[in-house]
Amino acid sequence: MKRIISILIENKPGALARVVGLFHQRGYNIETLNVGPVFDGSYSRMTVTTRGSENDVEQITKQINKIIDVIKVADLTEGDHHEYEFIMVKFKQSAKIQKILKGLNGKIHEKEKDAIVMSAWGSSSDIEVAIRAIGKANLLEIARSGSIGLHEGEKVLKI
Amino acid sequence: MKLSGGDLLMRALRDEGVKFIFGYPGGAALHIYDSIFKQKACEHILVRHEQGATHAADGYSRATGKPGVALVTSGPGATNAITGLATAYMDSIPLVVISGQVQSHLIGTDSFQETDMIGISRPIVKHSFIVQNTQDIPRIVQEAFHIATTGRPGPVVIDIPKDKTDPSKLYEYKRAKEISLRSYQPRVLPHPGQIKKASKKILSAERPVIYAGGGVILGNAHKELISLNKLLKAPVTNTLMGLGAYPAKDKYFMGMLGMHGTYQANMAMHNADVIIAIGARFDDRITNTPSMFAPNAKIVHIDVDPASISKIINADIPIVGQVKESLLALIKEIKRSKIKIDSEALDNWNIQISQWREQHGLDHDLYLSKIKSSMIAPQVVVQELYHATQGNAFVTSDVGQHQMFVAQYYHFNKPRRWINSGGLGTMGFGLPAAMGVKLAFPKQEVVCVTGEGSIQMCIQELSTCLQYNLPIKIININNEALGMVRQWQDMNYGGRHSASTYSDSLPDFVKLAQSYGHVGMKVTKQSQLKNTLEKAFAMKDRLVFIDVYVDPNEHVYPMLVAPNGSMKDMWIKKNTKA
Ligand SMILES: Cc1ncc(C[n+]2csc(CCOP(=O)(O)OP(=O)(O)O)c2C)c(N)n1
Ligand SMILES: [Mg+2]
Repeated sequence: MKRIISILIENKPGALARVVGLFHQRGYNIETLNVGPVFDGSYSRMTVTTRGSENDVEQITKQINKIIDVIKVADLTEGDHHEYEFIMVKFKQSAKIQKILKGLNGKIHEKEKDAIVMSAWGSSSDIEVAIRAIGKANLLEIARSGSIGLHEGEKVLKI
Repeated sequence: MKLSGGDLLMRALRDEGVKFIFGYPGGAALHIYDSIFKQKACEHILVRHEQGATHAADGYSRATGKPGVALVTSGPGATNAITGLATAYMDSIPLVVISGQVQSHLIGTDSFQETDMIGISRPIVKHSFIVQNTQDIPRIVQEAFHIATTGRPGPVVIDIPKDKTDPSKLYEYKRAKEISLRSYQPRVLPHPGQIKKASKKILSAERPVIYAGGGVILGNAHKELISLNKLLKAPVTNTLMGLGAYPAKDKYFMGMLGMHGTYQANMAMHNADVIIAIGARFDDRITNTPSMFAPNAKIVHIDVDPASISKIINADIPIVGQVKESLLALIKEIKRSKIKIDSEALDNWNIQISQWREQHGLDHDLYLSKIKSSMIAPQVVVQELYHATQGNAFVTSDVGQHQMFVAQYYHFNKPRRWINSGGLGTMGFGLPAAMGVKLAFPKQEVVCVTGEGSIQMCIQELSTCLQYNLPIKIININNEALGMVRQWQDMNYGGRHSASTYSDSLPDFVKLAQSYGHVGMKVTKQSQLKNTLEKAFAMKDRLVFIDVYVDPNEHVYPMLVAPNGSMKDMWIKKNTKA
C-alpha cells in the first residue's frame, strides 16, 4: 500500500542524507521525495512516499524518528489527509496533451512553435493517470515535485 | 583566556570527565595532537592500528559504563576506525570518535587523505557532526556525549577539518549548563497502563521466562532484574550480550539462549506461555525461524528503543521506557496489585526445566572427567580459567567457537565482566578491548580468550600493551583453524574445509609474544593446563600469552537447527538432534 510520510527535520548539513540513506539501509524504497525549509527556515518539511505493509511503515517511521536531526514524523495515510503533486511538462504541439493537463489545473507557461511548457497539479493518482495517458508521443520532458500533503482538519505536524 | 580549536577540544573532553583517549596521529589531526601534548587531564594511548583504538575505547566503555573516546586522522585513519564504529553501533556502546578532516577549503577536491567520514560512517553511527565553526567545538562535544550516552546508547563521530584546530585562531571556551535538543528527547518513562497490563499478564503466567539482554547492562538495571525475579521466581535466560545481567549462580538461571544457547533455555523459550523480554531485540541468532518462534507465548517487551519492539516478533504488551525505570514500575505494580504468582504451576515449570537441564544441559564438570584425556577440550580450558580466576575476571573475547565456549562455561555473576562483540561478531575485538578494560581496572584480572585466527587480526596491539604496561592474560584457544567456519563446513558442506585451515603456517605464538616483550607459554597436554594457568596468573605485572593447543575436532553444541527450525530444534552433539 502507498504511504505518505511527513517529516520535520533540522535544516542542517547532511540531515537529508540521513533520511534517504535510512530507507536504503533498511531495505525500503522511496517512490517520491520532496523537501524544503519551512517557517523560520531552521527546519525543513520532507514528504516521502513509499510502499509497504502496516508493519513496514511502522518500522520505517520508528527508525526515522531515531535519526537525531528528525524532529517529528507522521504517516499521513493513517488518517484523513490532503495530498497533491505538481508536475511540469514540455511537449511538442499536441492538443491531446494540452487537454489532459488542462483537466488537471493546467497552466501554460510558454508556447513556442516547437515546444510548449505547462504545469499541472492534482492528487498523485490523478497525476499517474495523466502521465500514462500522455504517453510518449510528442512528450519532450517531464518533472515531478513528488507528493506533498497535510493532515485534514485541525491536526497539524508542527513544532 | 582564549583557546585554539585543539585546546577547546581537549578542554571539552576534560569537562566530560574523559580519562583516556585511544588514538593514532596523522596530518589532519596534528594540531589536536599538539593540544594533547600540552594538557594532563586526558591520557592518550597510542595504539598500533585505528581499529585497535575504537575497540579499546569500546572495551573501556563496556567495562565502566562510561563513554569511550578515540581519535584518528583523516582518510585511512578514519576508514580504519569504521569496523570499530560498526561494532559499537551493533551493541549500542557509547563512543565518541573524533576524526581529523582535511582543511575545509579542500573538502570535495579529492585532496590528500580526504575521505567523506560523515558519509561512510552514516549507517553505523547514532549521530555525527562536522565542525564548521571552531567556536562550536565545546557545544558539539557536549552534544556528542549527551547523544552517545542517553536513550539507546551508540557511537557518535565528530569530524574536524584541520583549519578548525588552527593554533593561531583563538576563541572563548563556553560550556552550556544543560544540553537540550528539540529533535532528541531520550528520556522515556514507561506508560502506567502498559505496566499494569504487563503485571497482570506476568502474574497469571504458568510457564513464564525472563529473556534479558544487553539492554539490562547498558541501562544499569541488573539489581532491578534480580529484585523483580525475587517476586516472580521465573526461569531467566540471558542473551550473549546480556550475560552477567542476572547472576549465573542463581538457581533460576538457565544460561544463554539462542544459536548456541543451553538446551533448557531454548526449550523454555519455545514452551513458554509468557516471555518477558527486557532490553533484548529478538535477534535472528535468538529466534531461529521467526514464524515458528515460541508458538504459545504472549510477549511482554520492555525496551528504551521503540523501533526494537515488534520489529521481528510482535509484542503483545509493549513497554517503551528505560529498563531501570520500567522494572521499578513493574515491581511496584506487582507489589501493589497483591495478585499472587501461581506457585504450583511455577514449581512444575521449574521442575520441567531441571529435567531438560539433566537431559541435555552443559557439563560444567567436564574438567574433572577429562583430566586424563590426551587432547585438551576447549570447554575445559574455559572451565579451568573460571576456577583459576574464581569467576571474578573481566573476560574479553573474539569471535568463533572459543567465544561461544566462554559464553557457555564461564559463569558471569556480575554485569560488565563479559566483553564481546555480539552484534557484529568482529574478530580482532578481544585484545584491544582488553586494553581498554585493563586501563580502567588496573588492579583487576583481565583475560582475553581468543582463537589463533582472531588474535592475528589485531596482534599488533601487543606492542601497545608493552608501552603502557598492561598485564593482560591472553588465552589463545588454538585449534589451528577458523574453527567456527570449519564447524559449519563439517555440518553443511560435507566436511570440505574451504579456506579454513592453516596449521602449517601459524606463527610460534610463544616467540611472537616474547618478541613483543611479553611472556609466552605453550600448553599441549591436559596435564599442563592447570599449572600453566596458575603460573601465568601468578605473574601479576606481566602480559602472558598462553597458547593452548586444543582438540581441533570439537564443535559447539547445542546448536539451533536452521533453516526452518524453531528454538526447540537443536543439535546437541555431532549428528544428533535432541
Ligand atoms: C572480521 C571477521 N572476519 C570473518 C569473520 C567470520 N568468522 C566467524 S568465526 C571465524 C573463525 C574464527 O577463528 P578463530 O579466531 O581461530 O576462532 P575459533 O572458531 O577457531 O575458536 C570466522 C572467520 C568474522 N566474524 N569477523
Ligand atoms: Mg581457531
